[in-house]
Amino acid sequence: MRKFLLATLLAAGPLCAQTYVIKNATVMTVSKGTFKGSILVKDGKIAEVGEKVMEPQGATIIDAANQYVIPGIIDCHSHIAGDGGINEGSVSVSSMVDIRDIINPEDIAIYRALAGGVTTANILHGSANAIGGKTLPLKMRWGKDAQGMIFEGATPGIKFALGENPKRAGNPTGGAINSGVPPRYPATRMGVEDVIREAFVEAKAYKAEWDAWDANKTGIPPRKDLKLEALKEVLEGKRFVHAHSYRADEILMLLRVADEFGFKIRTLQHVLEGYKVAKEIAAHGAGASTFSDWWSYKMEAFDAIPYNAAIMQKKGVLVSLNSDDAELMRHLNSEAGKGMKYGGLSETEALAMITLNPAKQLGIDNRVGSIEVGKDADLVVYDKFPLSDYAKVQKVLIDGQIYFDRDNEVSGRPNKKAEKQKLIDKEKTRAPQGAPTRRAGQ
Amino acid sequence: MKKKLVTALLLCCGLVLAQSHPAVAIRNAKIVTVSGPVINKGTLVVRNGLIEAVGENVAVPADAMLVEGEGLTVYPGLIDALSTWGQAGAPPAAAATTGRGGRGAATPATPATTAAQVMTAIASTATAPARGPEDRPQTTSWIKIADELSPTDRRIESARSAGFTTAITFPTRGIFAGQGAVIDLLTAEKPGELVINSPVGQYISIGAGRGFGGGFPASLMGYIAYVRQIYLDAEHYKLVKDAYAKNPNGMKRPEYDRALEGVLDSPRILLPANRMVEIDRMIHLAADLKQPFILYGGRETYRPEAVELLKKANVAMLLSIKWPEKNRDADPDEVDSMRTLETRDKAASAPAMLQKAGVKFAFYSDGLDAPRDLQAAVKKALDAGLSREDALRALTLTPAEIFKVSDRLGSIEKGKIGNLVVTRGEIFDDRTKVEMIFVDGRKYTPAVEAMPMGGRGTPTVDPGVNQ
Repeated sequence: MRKFLLATLLAAGPLCAQTYVIKNATVMTVSKGTFKGSILVKDGKIAEVGEKVMEPQGATIIDAANQYVIPGIIDCHSHIAGDGGINEGSVSVSSMVDIRDIINPEDIAIYRALAGGVTTANILHGSANAIGGKTLPLKMRWGKDAQGMIFEGATPGIKFALGENPKRAGNPTGGAINSGVPPRYPATRMGVEDVIREAFVEAKAYKAEWDAWDANKTGIPPRKDLKLEALKEVLEGKRFVHAHSYRADEILMLLRVADEFGFKIRTLQHVLEGYKVAKEIAAHGAGASTFSDWWSYKMEAFDAIPYNAAIMQKKGVLVSLNSDDAELMRHLNSEAGKGMKYGGLSETEALAMITLNPAKQLGIDNRVGSIEVGKDADLVVYDKFPLSDYAKVQKVLIDGQIYFDRDNEVSGRPNKKAEKQKLIDKEKTRAPQGAPTRRAGQ
Repeated sequence: MKKKLVTALLLCCGLVLAQSHPAVAIRNAKIVTVSGPVINKGTLVVRNGLIEAVGENVAVPADAMLVEGEGLTVYPGLIDALSTWGQAGAPPAAAATTGRGGRGAATPATPATTAAQVMTAIASTATAPARGPEDRPQTTSWIKIADELSPTDRRIESARSAGFTTAITFPTRGIFAGQGAVIDLLTAEKPGELVINSPVGQYISIGAGRGFGGGFPASLMGYIAYVRQIYLDAEHYKLVKDAYAKNPNGMKRPEYDRALEGVLDSPRILLPANRMVEIDRMIHLAADLKQPFILYGGRETYRPEAVELLKKANVAMLLSIKWPEKNRDADPDEVDSMRTLETRDKAASAPAMLQKAGVKFAFYSDGLDAPRDLQAAVKKALDAGLSREDALRALTLTPAEIFKVSDRLGSIEKGKIGNLVVTRGEIFDDRTKVEMIFVDGRKYTPAVEAMPMGGRGTPTVDPGVNQ
């Protein structure tokens, strides 16, 4: 399958695993400092990093003089690459649904994210309900099929959501009188807590039932329930919880509920008031994935400050910056740069918030997140200092293959445009054969 | 067992009635058997609804009604591989389009006339919104369309005039819509006369996102999760039921679940897949469900990668013959995506591609039923490189094979059901005239000016292509 895809699907995309030497670059490793030097990419991995590296015969040399190389950007909160909606908002607990089932590898947003230097994205269910669907990180391997996008071996996740979205404040279809849609519990923050609590009471009973059966595996096994199965995995630590949250009080509520039921919140998402309860977040061991300076788009998002990320970090929280948006996803580098202005992060600290920190939050830092020998060769070449607004992505490698090349992209545009025009013109010459969309009596 | 008996009884009824029709012999006609070589000048005898003899040197029985076949060609009757013909007021069996922004499967509001639709309507509106898979949303898996046929459906005659003698007709409303049947396109008094085989599969449709509210499922992933849960439940249900059947004493009886009964009754499932992404998705889903499956839709099977996926999975594709066209009312200033443009340009080349790759495919009418539309649609595939022989096969023997009724349908062979179309000129040619049609050995002549344009089902929709 993979071979075939490489051969055909990717005709215009990356070539087969090649050996590359990226030379003369300013290498920002994130984990091991910044220096001028080279990177040897072999068999999809970073084989060597240093001022001078081996140049094997047949290796393709990428001269990155006056350019910068950073690890591929990791977006801890994205909703791209999905088909048919990212919210199963009909129920308050929708843990039976799975983003894995609806991956759309042909979503153009993937390519655009790639062009913005993103190589891995955590594709999350929406925030319509207290316990949302199953999630997973994808690599932006544009041109591969759905399975080929999946970050193999990564721990899958589940989306939780607190506050206005799950209680549907101001949502016209949220059960408002005469909205035509039946109301859905809950309607308050108390109710959100209750929904989570009830779900885990149920999940514990389910787990006990299965544990009892698993002990000797005789007789008829219990019924497999996809909704509770996902929560059982949370209780077993096999599935990470990514919790959409804003206010300090609800953050504390969730941490308490998690402690009570014996599971961990892996990341708090948005977490705009995280700076108020950073110590508690750090004590729980939860990561925080926030915006640089995006707020006031709803009531619960007013009490935010641009220093949030830096403050949480200084209090010992593992912090990342995310996009939650296909457009913002394309310039996460400048989002990270804002952390230097607000909060005085160092270059490396700022960069880590879109590379190594999200990698740690997603439990994939053994594979990605920094430029180190043995890690996946997920690399981004920028023409200028990468945290600058003026920096443009030149090349993006994933698994040691070039998935985005600015020169090819730009030079290929006239052809694509001509090809499209040809089809438009061709269609104009054909008489419309489709049935009219309106017909009397229908 | 019981089912088989019922089917057998129904078949017997058909035979008894057919006996009242005289034997028919078509002499000196060109006979395209599909399963074997073409007989350039031969004779064919149909008796009791079955093909009694076919060959170059077959004698015309003394009691047979004689048709002089000079200048005529006899083909097996055409089969619509996925149909709603024979049902009253049914929407066409269109593959649900899925895409971002919640473009759902738009089914026209037709009056709910069959029992199936009434029950679907009850299931979908009269009760509270589903709170999860346990409420079995949009499910009527237990319905057998063989029990709901309407022999007065005017499309039976219209389709027959275009050379169709058989339809594999399915209920199409809901996620688990119900079980299909292979039916003959007869004008009959009793619905039972139409049925050749039932059930032949479960029709599954998978919608797109609806966003907030309105009950489960409201997103594509919700639909898929529901389908997954149903098959997990069915597996468990069967375990418990079998255990109970073995020894009910002292065991709490399993709660009867008609949704699961319907699923367990179905010999195969039909899954919607138009875009390549959907083809890939459904192949993976079906593998997880461990169900024999067929895909329907196939709009993007003009793409070599899609063809390769089907070939690798060794799965049959029911290909909609309603080729995508630009919406007449589309905003002239709006430029479609490259994929959409390409799809409209190349869709009709899909059958030729599938044929070349050796992927099993059959055509389905997808709402077309006027003879001229059906003919034009096939013509388009021929223009795009499909051979006439292969087109014919995709409308006869291949659908019969896919639904495992090729022992009685799909070709002109001794012992098979007497479903034939007799033309003057080669089939699918513009000027070719259908002279007569035999269904179950009964002779019909095409309706004059068969079907006005009004009978064409739903409007053509733009392909559900993302970006």
